[in-house]
Amino acid sequence: MATNRMFRTCPSTGLVFHQPAERLMMANAVAAAVFLLFGGILAIMVVLTRWPAVHLLAADRFYQVLTGHGINMLIFWVIFFEIAVLYFCSSTLLKSRLATPGLAWAAFWLMVIGALINNYAVFWRDDSSVMMTSYAPMGAHWSFYLGLILFAVGALVACFVFFGTLVVAKSERTYVGSVPLVTFGAITAAIIAVFTIASGAIILIPTFLWSLGLISHIDPLMYHTIWWAFGHSSQQINVAAHIAVWYAIAAIVFGAKPLSERVSRSAFLLYILFLQLASAHHLLVDPGLSETWKIFNTSYAMYLAVLASMVHGLTVPGAIEAAQREKGYTHGLFEWLRKAPWGNPVFSGMFISLVGFGFLGGISGVMMGTLQLNTLIHNTLYVPGHFHATVVIGTSLAFMALTYFLIPTLFRREVMFPTIAKWQPYVFGLGMTGVALFLMAAGTLGVPRRDWDITGAGNAFPYSFPGSAFLMLGLAAISGLIAITGGAMYLLNTVGSVFFGKRIQTPDFQHVRAAEGVAPSPKPVAAAIGSYHPGGGGALVAPGTFILALVFLVSFVLYYFINWKYLATVWPMR
Amino acid sequence: MAHATDIDAAPEEEIPEEPIPAMQQLLDNPFLLLFLGVVIPTVFYLIWGVMEILSIPLIK
Ligand code: HEM
Ligand SMILES: [Cu+2]
Repeated sequence: MATNRMFRTCPSTGLVFHQPAERLMMANAVAAAVFLLFGGILAIMVVLTRWPAVHLLAADRFYQVLTGHGINMLIFWVIFFEIAVLYFCSSTLLKSRLATPGLAWAAFWLMVIGALINNYAVFWRDDSSVMMTSYAPMGAHWSFYLGLILFAVGALVACFVFFGTLVVAKSERTYVGSVPLVTFGAITAAIIAVFTIASGAIILIPTFLWSLGLISHIDPLMYHTIWWAFGHSSQQINVAAHIAVWYAIAAIVFGAKPLSERVSRSAFLLYILFLQLASAHHLLVDPGLSETWKIFNTSYAMYLAVLASMVHGLTVPGAIEAAQREKGYTHGLFEWLRKAPWGNPVFSGMFISLVGFGFLGGISGVMMGTLQLNTLIHNTLYVPGHFHATVVIGTSLAFMALTYFLIPTLFRREVMFPTIAKWQPYVFGLGMTGVALFLMAAGTLGVPRRDWDITGAGNAFPYSFPGSAFLMLGLAAISGLIAITGGAMYLLNTVGSVFFGKRIQTPDFQHVRAAEGVAPSPKPVAAAIGSYHPGGGGALVAPGTFILALVFLVSFVLYYFINWKYLATVWPMR
Repeated sequence: MAHATDIDAAPEEEIPEEPIPAMQQLLDNPFLLLFLGVVIPTVFYLIWGVMEILSIPLIK
């Protein structure tokens, strides 16, 4: 089979797309959107059931829908999109052909089939409402596990296509020196993905055999421990991927160069080394594991990873500030931020993602990951509150923002409803901020997660929560409906633009063979995002960002302290 | 640097190669990073954790 070496150069950005890679990116991004749509419809039902005043679904339906919401959103939407990002960061940014497009298609179809089989088990068979965590000994139908395993194998193959592309790019010398920072972020994500998927295989394959009756017993604690190496690490793929997307967008919108390549890369290295150990924060109340293991893996290791996140949280806006100041927005501390393109959803989505991830997701995550404080909120709605800040405001909104860039460059379509696009990040971001905050508030009041009826009506020992808990649930639901509206706006625009949008016609458009030269003139975007900038964008010329970082640190310390005080009141030491 | 003031005269001349720092060599090697990123959590989280679970005594 001859190798396809056809490329096109995007006329407005200068980015180079390998023909097979381009099709694969489109297929993966479209599949992602389909699962987002499905997960979003399920979100309506989840939210309306947890709103006590509405209490939409019956108990069994609720657990089924919640299982589907978790899996379709967290696994299928996010990972399909990530595979598109991996191909973009390897093939497009390195101007290289994608290694083995045939295998990449096999990976894609494995993922599609796996996702369909899993949904078949949950919704069609209706006997696998085991939640996304599927804790043994609670068992699902074997097709539930089989679907997840096929999906994971597909994703693993896609990761190796990514690594293979790095090898091809290096040996065909499509770049010199080091890979661009955005690609380095994608490498971080792919490395974490390999560990994640391997752990998933270690635990899900025996569980699959158990569901077939070939293994007699799965130890629940063993399942818990190994499953979370998969379940938590997969969240770290998301973090690495969406931070790569932040850097990419800073380069795309502002031509921003990283303040320091060395610092940003070292921060990614801390992720590679330590981020996955934080999986242990899911086992902080489990018996049988020593405090030494728990504290080493959460605190000591996790703080190094948290440090890395704070570095990224500082250097991404710092790079934007430096680029803006260079353009002359030098008045006061914040002119660079006030004069940023707030009407451009690529930027606004990314910035809301950054702030929401840091302030809501980051601070609450460190609190929860502390052994003692964890007992305050373990298994309450605080947990979904926290991760809707990380994986929805952080990851999903960053991916949405990137989509507005990909519609014209990758899909070569005009955005169909620009006004809707302009407002979408605000509606979605605001709604989700409400969801995160009100769920956390309900959790702080002790409301459990995954609980169909918190009043326990009809039980021998009902429990009465304070009125404020009901209020928080109501507010969370209303915010949820706003967020779902934001999600619908996104899908309307992406589906509309990609399938029915106006084609962008460029007169001398063509695919050319690599040998004929792929990149005539590096346009600003391609140059900013696709190259290595030794020395970086200069010294720390970002005083405004510095102030923002101080505000963050003060909020962080205060919130952490308040929770220790709170712990002291619920657990008096006399 | 004999030609330091005479840049135009030697267009093809290579910039003298500086030795690549160890840290950069590490960061430029995705497979070494992959190795570290898989081994560290496997040892500290998985193996250590599983050993602790296996060492819980069973009731007789
Ligand atoms: C679009 C608006 C969304 C709303 C209103 C929403 C709402 C909710 C609520 C209220 C819960 C908690 C239910 C409970 O514990 O009883 C939940 C669970 C969850 N959500 Fe969302 N969500 C949305 C989007 C997303 C997205 C985009 C993701 C992932 C990328 C996501 C991932 C999850 C996961 C993993 C769970 C946990 C399921 C479980 O406990 O097994 N959600 N969602
Ligand atoms: Cu976690």
